Amino acid sequence: MSSSTPSGIYHRNIENENNINQSQLSKSETSPTGAGAPTTEDDDMEPLPSQPSGAHMIVEESTIQTFMQYFDRLLIGLNPRWRNWIIRGIFSWVMILGFAKLVSMGPLVVSIVVLLIQIKCFQEIINIGYVVYKSHNLPWFRTLSWYFLFTSNYWLYGESLINHFGFMMHKHNFLQPLVTYHRMIGFLLYTSGFVGFVLSLKKTYYLKQFTLFGYTHITLMILVTSSHQMIQNICEGMIWFIFPVSLIICNDIMAYMFGFFYGRTPLTKLSPKKTWEGFIGGGVSTLIFGFIVAGILSHYQFLVCPLEYDDERMSLATSCIPIPLFQKTIYTMPKPFSFFKRTLELYPFQLHSLILSLFASSIGPFGGFFASGFKRAFRIKDFAATIPGHGGFMDRFDCQIIMALFTNVYISTFARVASPNKLLQQVLALTPENREEFLRLLRNHFKE
Amino acid sequence: MSSVLNSDTSNLHQRNIDYDIDTNVTRLLKKETITSGVGGAPTTEDDEMEPLPSQPSGAHIILEESSIQNFTRYTDQLLSNFDPRWRNWIIRGIFSFIMLIGFAKLIELGPLVVSLVILLIQIKCFQEIINLGYVVYKSHNLPWFRTLSWYFLFTSNYWLYGESLIHHFGFLMNKNNFLQPLVTYHRMIGFLLYTSGFVGFVLSLKKTYYLKQFTLFGYTHITLMILVTSSHQMIQNICEGMIWFLFPVSLIICNDIMAYMFGFFFGRTRLTKLSPKKTWEGFIGGGISTLIFGFIFAGVLCNYQSFVCPLEYNEEIMGLAISCKPLSLFQKTTYLMPKPFSFFKRTLELYPFQLHSLTLSLFASSIGPFGGFFASGFKRAFRIKDFAATIPGHGGFMDRFDCQIIMALFTNVYIATFARIASPHKILQQVLELTPEKRDEFLRLLRNHLKE
Repeated sequence: MSSSTPSGIYHRNIENENNINQSQLSKSETSPTGAGAPTTEDDDMEPLPSQPSGAHMIVEESTIQTFMQYFDRLLIGLNPRWRNWIIRGIFSWVMILGFAKLVSMGPLVVSIVVLLIQIKCFQEIINIGYVVYKSHNLPWFRTLSWYFLFTSNYWLYGESLINHFGFMMHKHNFLQPLVTYHRMIGFLLYTSGFVGFVLSLKKTYYLKQFTLFGYTHITLMILVTSSHQMIQNICEGMIWFIFPVSLIICNDIMAYMFGFFYGRTPLTKLSPKKTWEGFIGGGVSTLIFGFIVAGILSHYQFLVCPLEYDDERMSLATSCIPIPLFQKTIYTMPKPFSFFKRTLELYPFQLHSLILSLFASSIGPFGGFFASGFKRAFRIKDFAATIPGHGGFMDRFDCQIIMALFTNVYISTFARVASPNKLLQQVLALTPENREEFLRLLRNHFKE
Repeated sequence: MSSVLNSDTSNLHQRNIDYDIDTNVTRLLKKETITSGVGGAPTTEDDEMEPLPSQPSGAHIILEESSIQNFTRYTDQLLSNFDPRWRNWIIRGIFSFIMLIGFAKLIELGPLVVSLVILLIQIKCFQEIINLGYVVYKSHNLPWFRTLSWYFLFTSNYWLYGESLIHHFGFLMNKNNFLQPLVTYHRMIGFLLYTSGFVGFVLSLKKTYYLKQFTLFGYTHITLMILVTSSHQMIQNICEGMIWFLFPVSLIICNDIMAYMFGFFFGRTRLTKLSPKKTWEGFIGGGISTLIFGFIFAGVLCNYQSFVCPLEYNEEIMGLAISCKPLSLFQKTTYLMPKPFSFFKRTLELYPFQLHSLTLSLFASSIGPFGGFFASGFKRAFRIKDFAATIPGHGGFMDRFDCQIIMALFTNVYIATFARIASPHKILQQVLELTPEKRDEFLRLLRNHLKE
């Protein structure tokens, strides 16, 4: 539903405030998907340049395109604005249901899906770099980028696995050297990639190659750390994954609704369709929604228990003593309200949820603005056209990234408690002399 | 190894200069004019680079260290009789010597001073690279770029060094009323600081400058990633024992000097187009001398407890531990000589660290130089000769420390793999930090396990 006719391309002073319906209703969108498929809401962007950097990218998901074409014919009677709205809405539902189904399959499946989504987002961003920087003559770029992705994931996930399940892996003959020398292996893998990059430097391509090297590393830094933190959150308890993700989803949807119905004042030039009404309305609804959902989720033990390997039963623990954060506590109502109700039974997590909601609605959107700025800088509409109505995976997950990082920091500040199990593992990992020394120190200390 | 640069503007657009032209013949007659503004000041050895573009990106950078320039001018007058090639060689040699003596003096001052100096050098390297970015990307209209870059440097250093300090001295800081909340909320504080910078960046985005701003954002973050992690690892190495800082740094210095010497006297076959003055003879000669030097030097250093002991806070004397029981790595062990050599000597008394030094030397001489190639490629990409002109004869700080970065990372991984053992003290501290119920649970689990 956006315009990109060549004649308008060099006019960079198109006023962003034009009502979309009037100027663009008659033109059908032509570049990214080839069908009149709806795109993201940032339709008022500067027009694409004559040699659109993004034009070559989208040659994927032909089945979805066929479906879209069929669908388009069905809805052809309706107003294009509503058509976009309906398709967006349908796929939002599809994604939410998919998310719910995923969560029910358990933490290991969720972790794998997080990894797959990370790879997909990486692919989208690398494709953009590949096209924008016109690096067709540099065959090494793709190989090196994927190699660095593999290496950083291997290193980070290996560290996590060893941290959680290290004692288990020590017993296995094949895994044991991989565990002991893990850091060295990871480092040497990365160094090989680094040496490969230096060897691949070609005269007159230096600046482009260095730019792409930096581009790849920034992308990795963002994607790999955030997905790794997300999985560490899951290890602390599924609720620490479900809840922040739902907060961002709720904020997105509510801000959209409020903006749709009441939107007047634009928020920022980066995303002209976001409005202050949407921002504030979304924020308030997220606070309320978060408070209620936090109370519901705290009931379920399988959401609240950290991922622990139960030595006795040789499997993942299913029940546990929840940390005080997830135990109902009685709070006395502050003076003004105590007329109605003396005490209030809440989960402390519900109070923490207010802070998480506040972050999700105020700072979370900056992830979206960052991505919008990035798209404008590289003159593309969307990261990809994988999800009709929504763009690529990266378009959906840009706010989740910063939320996952915040949640991880929040857990380590307010919710993580040293686990006796982990300490025991450390003691068992000591050499016999050190273990003796440790026991000696322990006995000395307790005699005091 | 000519000291003077060909920067005749008429040649600037000719990019097909043949690298194999004997430098002495073509360039002896022309004086270097661009980088330092002083006639004939020596620069780094990569003199055969593609000529600078007509609007040299790096030309505006060098406006510093006027006192060193005066000194250089004076020295130049003294040496003006000499052959320019030898003049460069002498100044380079003098400053190499100055740096080595300064390094030795620094080590004497102890680990805390060394850590501080590493931090200062990191800041200086960051300044050099950011200045480059500022000039190359012509971001004069973006006043926020400098502020944000320095802010991100501050934030990342605060976060990383805080984590280290808390890891090592946490129990000490928890007793202090002022520091205690800083310790408990450290991660949150660090994260919020960073997020403010991020939000500041997004708010500073100006229409039509998007690509430039994002490029600089990425540039700053890559620089931070490289500099902050490596200096942090260097300091972690120091905490394991001064030898883990002193030894790798010496290996790289030795490799640089030896490769230069071998290249100077025997150099014929060129190593790579990135650094045309490096030769295979220099590479291999430097490598072998580094192996030998490392082996001997390692044996010398292992004798000194002040180098070998990890940095630990001794609660009884309320100061840093001065003596300790060295790891088995640093204790003389007897090795049986392998069959061929056992005719001469039955057994050999070595420190195991000397055998490990062979691996470290191998890395320093084979992979270490790639840090230098990377920096050379970077300089060619951005069409500059040096990162700065701070050290006469050598360029900027970054020129000296580019190989040290990758060596510091390797050393850190090496320690974690071969030399670090979980310290009983640290685990005890963690046990004491547990709440009483958890402590009982821990003791119960421990007893159960020991009974088996």
